[in-house]
Amino acid sequence: MLTTEERQRHPLLKKLHLDGPLLLGLLTLCVASLFIVYSASGQNMDMVIRQAIRIGAALATLFVVAQLPPRFYERISPLIYGLGVLLLIAVLLVGEVGKGAQRWLDLGPVTIQPSEIMKLAMPLMIAWFINQRALPPRFLRILAALTLVLLPTLLIAKQPDLGTSLLVASAGLFVIFFAGLSWRLIVFAVMLVLAFLPVLWIYLMHDYQRQRVLTFLNPELDPLGSGYHIIQSKIAIGSGGIDGKGWLQGTQSQLEFLPERHTDFIFSVISEEFGLIGVTLLLALYTFIIIRGLIIALRTQDMFGKLLAASLTLTFFVYVFVNIGMVSGLLPVVGVPLPLISYGGTSMVTLMAGFGIIMSAATHHRLIIRDGYQ
Amino acid sequence: MRTRTPIRDHDAESSLFAGRVIFAIVVIIGLFTVILGNLYHLQVDEYNDLQTRSNDNRIKLVPIAPNRGLIYDRNGTLLAENLPVYSLEVIPEEVSDLNQQVAEIAQLLNIEPDAIEDFERNVKTQRRFNHVTVLDEMNEQQIARFAAKQHKFPGFSIEARLVRHYPFNDLLTHVVGYVAKINRRDVQRLDELGRLPNYAASRTIGKLGIEKYYEEQLHGEVGYRSVEVNNRGRVVRTLNTEPPQPGSDIVLELDIELQRKATEILGENRGSIILMDAKTGGILAMASTPSYNPNWFVSGISVDRYRSLLNSRHSPLLNRATQGGYPPASTIKPQLGLLGLQSGEITPTTRIWDPGWFEIKGVDRRYRDWLAWGHGWVNVSKAITESCDTFYYDLALKLGVDKISDFMHQFGFGEKTGIDIAEEIPAIMPNSGWKRARYGEPWYAGETLSVGIGQSYWTATPMQLVAATGVMANYGEFVVPRLLKGYGTLSELDAVEPEYKPPVAVDKPSYWQVVHDAMVSVTSDVHGTAHSAFRKAPYSSAGKTGTAQVVNLGEDEEYVAEEVAEKYRDNAMYVGYAPAESPEVVIAVAIENVVGGGGSIAAPAARRLLDTWHKRYHPEQYEEVESAND
Repeated sequence: MLTTEERQRHPLLKKLHLDGPLLLGLLTLCVASLFIVYSASGQNMDMVIRQAIRIGAALATLFVVAQLPPRFYERISPLIYGLGVLLLIAVLLVGEVGKGAQRWLDLGPVTIQPSEIMKLAMPLMIAWFINQRALPPRFLRILAALTLVLLPTLLIAKQPDLGTSLLVASAGLFVIFFAGLSWRLIVFAVMLVLAFLPVLWIYLMHDYQRQRVLTFLNPELDPLGSGYHIIQSKIAIGSGGIDGKGWLQGTQSQLEFLPERHTDFIFSVISEEFGLIGVTLLLALYTFIIIRGLIIALRTQDMFGKLLAASLTLTFFVYVFVNIGMVSGLLPVVGVPLPLISYGGTSMVTLMAGFGIIMSAATHHRLIIRDGYQ
Repeated sequence: MRTRTPIRDHDAESSLFAGRVIFAIVVIIGLFTVILGNLYHLQVDEYNDLQTRSNDNRIKLVPIAPNRGLIYDRNGTLLAENLPVYSLEVIPEEVSDLNQQVAEIAQLLNIEPDAIEDFERNVKTQRRFNHVTVLDEMNEQQIARFAAKQHKFPGFSIEARLVRHYPFNDLLTHVVGYVAKINRRDVQRLDELGRLPNYAASRTIGKLGIEKYYEEQLHGEVGYRSVEVNNRGRVVRTLNTEPPQPGSDIVLELDIELQRKATEILGENRGSIILMDAKTGGILAMASTPSYNPNWFVSGISVDRYRSLLNSRHSPLLNRATQGGYPPASTIKPQLGLLGLQSGEITPTTRIWDPGWFEIKGVDRRYRDWLAWGHGWVNVSKAITESCDTFYYDLALKLGVDKISDFMHQFGFGEKTGIDIAEEIPAIMPNSGWKRARYGEPWYAGETLSVGIGQSYWTATPMQLVAATGVMANYGEFVVPRLLKGYGTLSELDAVEPEYKPPVAVDKPSYWQVVHDAMVSVTSDVHGTAHSAFRKAPYSSAGKTGTAQVVNLGEDEEYVAEEVAEKYRDNAMYVGYAPAESPEVVIAVAIENVVGGGGSIAAPAARRLLDTWHKRYHPEQYEEVESAND
């Protein structure tokens, strides 16, 4: 953690509204991503270059986002949220269909994925809304906030995109949690969700989503069909052992037994080629970034910034947890990439924009230094 | 908007928030610990299992067929070889426009539309990265044409494999046999024997003759190439190769020149000639006619051709040497004479009067001798030399069929000789019990008389005759006929030892001498039935003729060979050994349905083969003649 003295050694970073440790962590991940994508893509240099360009664009986004003060974001929150909801409705009406789901909106020269916008719009909106009154929020406000969370979540789930709706919902719920939602309500909500699960299973889930859950519960049920992904992934992870097969030496990935190896299942490639040592280091790096994000949240003076930073950081954690959980067989397979490592553009930019907001919160306010939190 | 909420306790809110953050950190660390614990479980606890499954994914074993052992004759002549056969193969995955390319190739190489249809069907059933045969057994012209334009057809290649070939065609079919495609029954049998994995890459298996009997030695041990494959099964690289162990070469006792001669002697006739080494049992020649080309079977015989072989009235598929059950006729008179002496029913000097027929007391039927006016006074020696039937009618009646049958079993009649091919029948050595079991009838005395001259139900294969005659030549020692000389090649031969059956024992060695002398008289005495056939032979020999009736004639019927249908004509038989004083080879001849008999047809046939043998194996006795010719 940086002390005042240390921060003064980095006047340049301060002036650029960047947080040194957080940036270091993110850059390390990005560099690792290039090496891993090179291996996972079957040593396809074109894909590495494309990934590098995306990283560049994402970092540029981070930089731009970080320059604007949290107050700006606070002001535009309802606007972005409203726009996001409208676009989500538009997707359901006229969206592009891909892989059996409508996720993209064709706007002439560019196609956009409104659910990505919602990943940021959701915590912004809820933080803004909760912060209208003193904390902890009252029951009615919580109910209103939950409605605001539920609306886009359902719209995204309807596309259907279970992974993103989960992330978007988390982002909103985390804000409410950090705002001081009473524990009684939390316990009540958890029980309500458990009671809701059968309804979800019977009425709201699509066949392929139910299949994923069934396959998750017993992948060997269909080893060549829907269970194939998870079985091959576990083989890849387990056969990596403690020290791994070595970079470019993973047979599961190089010989293409592992599906989606450069996107959702890239963690399995890391496990196979770098072993338990490699994944422990990766988890340590993620932990470092998450803890740093939470420290920034603690130090931020402004409650809107606090809530936002904490929620965005925790959403990042959910990314990591859900992705690793699903490829290692702990969670059902929902389409969530390994953040900042997986090959792919949209989530990379959204994630970096999120970190831009965290850095904005970290650098545009006087930081409170209190003994208890150092 | 903030201004509307003036009473906010920022410190309280911050500490509430801080509490939540600390809670979140605890949960995060807890969940990451769960993740890490699960990874530890997979990568450490289940490492061995998952490592194995990873290797199972990527490593495939590709079997490599061993080269089949070659078969030589005793002088090193190759009897069964492996020739390269070329086929045009394609990996569909590597060809962009398969149909177009195949159409061009079909035109270039003149491939039948039927073959192209077969190919297209195969393409659909195979995985796309596997070899599929476009054209099998390419001729030289096709190979040359394709080779010249190969650059135009990427993904297509000419592949070579070894295919069994029998250079002597139909000359050795009943000896060497053949290999043919492995069928479902073979698979089942190999599976039961636990030898199926050894055939993982083999296309053919021995089906007949030596090829079948020595399959295990000839086949060799399969090899393996372990290759790394990707998820579509395409071979990425070879990891390791365990080369196959080629099958053992084998050398037969057979002499291809004698085999050729024996077959030539049989000519258009149906029949069999066997020449056996008297000491080792080694088969020098084993002809059975008619025969057929074994090469037809190697890559699959056409249904029409097979049906014509199967339905031919000449039964070419029958191996007459070991599966032909012929009435032995008078060829067994030496053994029967020996039994007479051994049993005490006769002595060397016991004689009877032969008026040309024999009568059983109380039965009003005359059993005729082949010599209508009779042989006069006959003892056992004369009975063998002149092949007197009446003497043997009398002797057989005295001995009874069961005694005869028991003794003849000692000479191998009614039992497989144990020669090293699977196609062998035990034929029939009847006795009274056999007849009751078979026909539910008692044995009649008249049938005993027929047995006395080697007829009735009695049948024997030429192989049994040669073995039984070998026992005579060796004075009781019973050497088992055998085709195999040894494993390896002539220069490094791992020879097999001769096998013996229990010897035939008699009380006085002089009994052997009596019968032996009589057999010598057959060829040397002016009254001997084979005297004219062996006149002026440059070696001495012993023998016995036989003429077997195929149909039973009535008491007064006259048999005139030229007048009866061919298939009812007599069989001509001959057995013998040479040289008489120190037997080196034993011979048996059976020729079906001829005009003539043992003396006029079979004995001259035996003479011709023995002459050839003698010239080849005792050339020193011909040197003077040859130098004179030079």
